[in-house]
Amino acid sequence: MAAGLGRLERTQAYRPRLGIRRAYNAVATGIGLVAIAIGLAMLAWLLIETGLKAVGWLDWQFITSFDSRFPERAGAKAAIYGTAWVMAFTLLFSLPIGVMAAIYLEEYAPEGWLKGFIQINIANLASVPSIIYGLLGLQVFVRWMELGRSVLAGALTLALLVLPIIVVATQEALRSVPPSIRDASYALGATRWQTIRHHLLPYALPGILTGNILAASRAIGESAPLITIGALTYVPFTPQGPLDRFTVLPIQIFNWTSRAQADFQHVAAAGIVVLLGILLLMNSGAILIRELMRRRY
Amino acid sequence: MTELGIRAPAPHPAPEAAEHPQPAARFRPKEEIALEAVNLSLWYGKKRALTNVSLAIPKNRVTALIGPSGCGKSTLLRCFNRMNDLIPGVRIEGTVRYHGVDIYAKNVDPVEVRRRIGMVFQKPNPFPKSIYENVAFGARVNGYRGNLDELVERCLRRAALWDEVKDDLKKSGLALSGGQQQRLCIARALANDPDVILMDEPCSALDPIATLKIEDLMRELAEQYTIVIVTHNMQQAARVSDYTAFLLTDERTPGQLIEYAPTQELFTHPKDRRTEDYIRGRFG
Ligand SMILES: Nc1ncnc2c1ncn2[C@@H]1O[C@H](COP(=O)(O)OP(=O)(O)OP(=O)(O)O)[C@@H](O)[C@H]1O
Ligand SMILES: [Mg+2]
Repeated sequence: MAAGLGRLERTQAYRPRLGIRRAYNAVATGIGLVAIAIGLAMLAWLLIETGLKAVGWLDWQFITSFDSRFPERAGAKAAIYGTAWVMAFTLLFSLPIGVMAAIYLEEYAPEGWLKGFIQINIANLASVPSIIYGLLGLQVFVRWMELGRSVLAGALTLALLVLPIIVVATQEALRSVPPSIRDASYALGATRWQTIRHHLLPYALPGILTGNILAASRAIGESAPLITIGALTYVPFTPQGPLDRFTVLPIQIFNWTSRAQADFQHVAAAGIVVLLGILLLMNSGAILIRELMRRRY
Repeated sequence: MTELGIRAPAPHPAPEAAEHPQPAARFRPKEEIALEAVNLSLWYGKKRALTNVSLAIPKNRVTALIGPSGCGKSTLLRCFNRMNDLIPGVRIEGTVRYHGVDIYAKNVDPVEVRRRIGMVFQKPNPFPKSIYENVAFGARVNGYRGNLDELVERCLRRAALWDEVKDDLKKSGLALSGGQQQRLCIARALANDPDVILMDEPCSALDPIATLKIEDLMRELAEQYTIVIVTHNMQQAARVSDYTAFLLTDERTPGQLIEYAPTQELFTHPKDRRTEDYIRGRFG
């Protein structure tokens, strides 16, 4: 042992093996660094590749025009509006329902087999392939509820898709509230709802928002369930209301990539950049709200 | 103040069978009773934690609960304001009376019970909110109609914290020291205008000076409030309390009341051998 502190005769029962422990530590650090480097490199590569392809194509004209058969004139206006409409309604439905369901399960539902059963099935629902949700949406929202191939039908379908994610994330966030805060609140004579409203929700909010970011990110990239319920690929108009027909960015992008003219690959790249931009905007918005709330609480 | 362990008590016969109250535990103060456990037993799931505890807590006095770790002191304390209702799987037999009213009766709302019977926890647990909001919360949720600013000041003064925080009531309660946080929790409990205050080892995280401050405070509060305090500190029990109850868990009987008496008497002439062993530090 090359210990700088000199040898301690008393401690023969210990074998510090500092050299080997340090080596393990270095290996673990190294593996971690490599892993994150691979992740970042892939991401950078994708972004640069797509960004370069989109250069010269992503301009004001692209954002403000409808689709066209000619690459120079093709634009993403309909898809951008469609995505905004669908996402707004998706979150409008899924957020309150998901958060309330999670609150019920965590704070009100009595322990027992029923709760366990529901819990397992929420986890199962989160892993159901999205096309199944599309088929369900087609039958229930498009046909039975006669919503047609509308923004509303699409949003309801996506809301079902992300509901389990929101419920699970919100439950996790509520569970992370220290029990001592619950105790303190109840001991002051607060009701269940007062405790939830004044302490649990504010405390859990960052976690809940993170869950919703995840959910929204999942929904915004989905195309399969929307194609199933009959979202359009060629739309020369923007939705004027929730019952109008629509398309969304992923569908539009997919459509462009499958066209014959080589230039449409550039148009698709421009569409991807716009999609990523919207995603980034949404996430920053959620983070902003989160930080503001954290400071206030 | 009581002197601890000077006189040897008279030797006493072996304890009775477990299900029956210990003779030394049958004591009942001859004063107005605020809170009374009647033949109270409690199970956490299948595990029993209290066995037939009967204990009458007199009004406007400080009553101390002592006993070795795990004997059921916190459990008993939490029965007094129905905090155990919040733990899944808890089952209770017997009852608790508050000025003669069964607080476990069907028509009694635990929310109302907890407003009347406040609690201060072992670990200071201020809300991650401002000092002001911490104190105001209980009053707000209970629909306080008076002037909140005045109430907050009054409670902080009572809890001997006002001078240290008056310049920055907006500061987070978590930014205070441990002792200040505990006094904040006491102020917060006072803001509800409770009748009884339950304190579970309120000084266990505090230094001797903060401890003395809180002990002084307890004596002062006892003029208006009924106080029940759990403590591991014999000197503290002797210093602050008027009555002391000794609980014990042995192999056969979890959480039984062994002896209950005026503090002076319990510490100088314990009737039960086990009480004596405990206060002399022979086990636990
Ligand atoms: N939530 C719970 N679930 C299950 N068992 C519990 C729970 N809380 C306490 N117990 C058990 O009940 C018994 C009494 O616990 P309690 O907390 O009342 O002891 P205590 O006298 O307050 O101990 P301490 O002095 O260490 O705080 C212990 O055996 C403990 O393990
Ligand atoms: Mg305890």
